[in-house]
Amino acid sequence: MNDLRSPLARARGLGSARDGLKHWWAQRLTAIALIPLVVWFAISLVMLSGADYDVARAWIGSPLVMVLLILTIVVGLQHGQLGLQVVIEDYIHGDGWKLALIVAVRFIAVIFGLAAVVAILRIGFGG
Amino acid sequence: MSVANRPAHRPLSPHLQVYRPQLTSVLSILHRATGIALSVGALYLATWVIYAAADAKAYALFQSFNTSIAGRIVLGGWLFCAFYHLANGIRHLFWDAGYGFELKEAYRSGWIVVAVSLIATAASWIAGLRLV
Repeated sequence: MNDLRSPLARARGLGSARDGLKHWWAQRLTAIALIPLVVWFAISLVMLSGADYDVARAWIGSPLVMVLLILTIVVGLQHGQLGLQVVIEDYIHGDGWKLALIVAVRFIAVIFGLAAVVAILRIGFGG
Repeated sequence: MSVANRPAHRPLSPHLQVYRPQLTSVLSILHRATGIALSVGALYLATWVIYAAADAKAYALFQSFNTSIAGRIVLGGWLFCAFYHLANGIRHLFWDAGYGFELKEAYRSGWIVVAVSLIATAASWIAGLRLV
């Protein structure tokens, strides 16, 4: 079959978006990870719906919950950032706005994710 | 503005508004909408643990919103978004693997997603209201 792409482009395998499968694969990988995490978190949310300060902190600070909660927040924010990027790319047509929004979403995700991880560690290890 | 940059005034192909909504298209749009809502919800979840790491007074302020009617609606809405996006996301993963593309199968899996997300949402709301 005739291929209109140059041999170099084919070897790189990055396609028309110049990004290859990286974004697509990361979104699926985080989606699979989130299946058990979201089920666990939804059940926990319902169980904790009236929890006061001490109950909430005792729950967050237990070792297993710390690990699962950090995973849920970090993987969830990454999945959300990847998804919002696609939405922005689809609906925002001006290049400047598109770039600015993608950068802003990424920054917000990283800042909130890092702050949440620090908060969880602080509760767990005391501070 | 150069000629190349000028917007072309050609007729556009028909878009969403000319089509009758169908289960498949409505669920597709809902997947994006719930995804956007859950992204905001993830920030809210992060805010919750940040408040829990602060002092009891700050946490009580945050929790007083959660236990208000508006807070219940937000959290209840979050649960629906999560269950829907979860169920439809699994449907998407099956498509990614190459299964379920026949029209009949797409409709059947669509209705399963609707049923699962509504049942899970109702169950979580009932459980949540009993615990409060």
